[in-house]
Amino acid sequence: MNNLLNVSLSPHIHGKETTQKLMLGVVTALIPAFFTSVFFFGYGALIVTTVSVASCLLFEYFIAKYVLKTSITITDGSAVVTGLLLAFNLPSNIPVLIIVIGSFISIAVAKMTFGGLGNNPFNPALVGRVFMLISFPVQMTSWPVPAGFDTGYTDAVTGATPLAIIKEGLKNGEPISQLMSQIPTPAQMFLGEMGGSMGEVAAAALLLGFAWLLFRKIITWHIPATIVVTIFIFTGILWAINPEKYANPQFHILAGGVLLGAIFMATDYVTSPMNLKAMLLYGFGIGMLTVVIRIWGAYPEGVSFAILIMNAFVPLMNAYIKPKRFGEVVKNG
Amino acid sequence: MKTFPVGGVHPPENKITAGTAIKHLPLPASVAIPVSQHIGEPAVVEVNKGDTVKTGQVIARSKGFVSTNIHSSVSGKVSKIDTILDSTGFRQTAVFIDTEGDEWLETIDRTDSIPAGIKFSSEEIIKKCLESGIVGLGGATFPSHVKLTVPAGKRCDTLIINGAECEPYLTSDHRLMLEKAREILIGTSILMKALKVNKALIGIENNKPDAISQLSGLAKEFQGITVHSLKVKYPQGAEKQLIKALINREVPSGRLPLDVNAVVHNVGTAFAVYEAVQKNKPLFERVVTITGRSVLNPGNYFVRTGTPVRSLIEAAGGLPEDTGKVISGGPMMGKAIPNIDVPVVKGTSGIVLIPRNESERTVIRPCIRCAKCVAACALNLEPYLLMALSEKNEFERAERERITDCMECGSCSYTCPAGRPLLDYIRLGKATVIKMARKRMSN
Repeated sequence: MNNLLNVSLSPHIHGKETTQKLMLGVVTALIPAFFTSVFFFGYGALIVTTVSVASCLLFEYFIAKYVLKTSITITDGSAVVTGLLLAFNLPSNIPVLIIVIGSFISIAVAKMTFGGLGNNPFNPALVGRVFMLISFPVQMTSWPVPAGFDTGYTDAVTGATPLAIIKEGLKNGEPISQLMSQIPTPAQMFLGEMGGSMGEVAAAALLLGFAWLLFRKIITWHIPATIVVTIFIFTGILWAINPEKYANPQFHILAGGVLLGAIFMATDYVTSPMNLKAMLLYGFGIGMLTVVIRIWGAYPEGVSFAILIMNAFVPLMNAYIKPKRFGEVVKNG
Repeated sequence: MKTFPVGGVHPPENKITAGTAIKHLPLPASVAIPVSQHIGEPAVVEVNKGDTVKTGQVIARSKGFVSTNIHSSVSGKVSKIDTILDSTGFRQTAVFIDTEGDEWLETIDRTDSIPAGIKFSSEEIIKKCLESGIVGLGGATFPSHVKLTVPAGKRCDTLIINGAECEPYLTSDHRLMLEKAREILIGTSILMKALKVNKALIGIENNKPDAISQLSGLAKEFQGITVHSLKVKYPQGAEKQLIKALINREVPSGRLPLDVNAVVHNVGTAFAVYEAVQKNKPLFERVVTITGRSVLNPGNYFVRTGTPVRSLIEAAGGLPEDTGKVISGGPMMGKAIPNIDVPVVKGTSGIVLIPRNESERTVIRPCIRCAKCVAACALNLEPYLLMALSEKNEFERAERERITDCMECGSCSYTCPAGRPLLDYIRLGKATVIKMARKRMSN
């Protein structure tokens, strides 16, 4: 009989969600930020994004095929997400060769060495970015001023990011009230008209992406919300203590990579905790570390470092922070 | 809207047969009645080859406390006593009867009257449940007389009647609530009397508004029975989740509903208890939904136990060409049966035919640690971890992570975007941990 019935264990039906669809959802959520980066940074944004995504895909393909000799996994979309996020963390005038090196570090070192998707302890895009920041500090900190297609690629006019302006100014002993006149207005910052990495500048576009991620149930609000709230409260307290020495909390949220990091980097499935309680602690840790690095550290921006440091604690959190089981009896004594 | 607090999924409901009235399936030419249609000891066969039996006659008697009687579902001659492959995939003893007419035991009240007065005491009701072979008809088939016997030192103050029917496709409870509402309410009153409680709550998912209004309308005539609508969320009908949703009590891990002074029975069981106590009719037929998206005439039928699934499929227009899997029960927790000659038993709530393209498992991809399985678990376990521990034979740790709490609802496997067989491994780990614990106890 060729009409044999399939016999397997329940459940016999399966939800429609797949890895590929989730990754596609993240890519969709990044589209608004991509368009704003093209709008503000012109050709540079297109070149950097294309090179980054393409080299991430190629590295993953070649490593899977010739080094690990396993099945090709690039169709799952995770390499595209890594490529996009890496590009969004770069200035739009960065030379092609440096992007390729960064992609190699992201995919080959941070992801495939550990066994590919699902096994990497650190966020691949951030490992790539931090490697580039340390190896190519000049290229990685020259930020083109937003000028759309009027600006060139590597010859773009550059300027400092709002965070760098504050950091430098404070170092030179200038009070915040004077420095604030040099940075863009909150409205400009919300829409992304400021110096910075391609994907981080436009809060509005990132929030649109966040709404999509929530709507598609790809992530929950827990990690992004705790990061933002922690940074807001911590910087708010400092600002209340001395507004001439510390910038106000809304500046800290809108400047730099807080929203890009909180919404897209810290929520990376593989490197974030597995239950809500641990997610709250993880978000709190990222928020605290970001502020500490920004205010007392050597770098003006600390989101990437904060996320990577908290990534290292994720296995510990998964092992020791447990959800309250249904029917758990509280032990007495 | 009442519901349980954590986890749960919402699979497509596919309640194709919700509007189809229950019909009686024509009697099959022969039946094969397994002696174990319940959890516990199999019943002991009381008839011999060649015996003539009547419909409703005891053919196998309960052995021990956790066991129950098995009755003939047809009248005719016992052709053989042999083994048969049942819906669990195991062979077990069954009584094969060739149908001759349909002669019922005289003691069974076959009139259309619906007697409401309860003449029996608690003990008599419990005894009647055992004699009539009543088991939990939600699918677990736990003997009802055991559940109705409150052990010394335990107290019961609330009866919960489960009309959630949270499994996709199935509509047998839904139709029963619509067509036999009064009988179910009388059955509920009988169960209340047996348990000596004065409060009963009927919980129904709100995708069955007609059943909710029908029952709540009639419930006004009954003392202490209230009807509650529940959010449509799987596994709403799981015993512990239902208790949490309706009376906000959390059954401790590894314990029973009685530990929070509650007892849960299915609406189908309430109906069977009504028939047993008021009409003297033992449990030898039940409502079965035959359904599937390719099925020609899906429907709900009163089916005698021992009827081959094949007869039911024929009544529904035959086995569709594209059938890849036949499920006894719902698609989330039911069992795939190896062939369609398997008999319908007391626990068969439905037969779901799944097309070939949906019947195969997807490719297993690497875990992306999305934590969707953790979010889906109604018991707040961590399925990804339990699977990994079972895969790596780390059963001591799996035990500490409470693998034995798992009720195998399947929400984790259903939701996994990487198509990982979480529940398969959890079952393996759970079975091993239970074995380990037994060994420890006996040492």
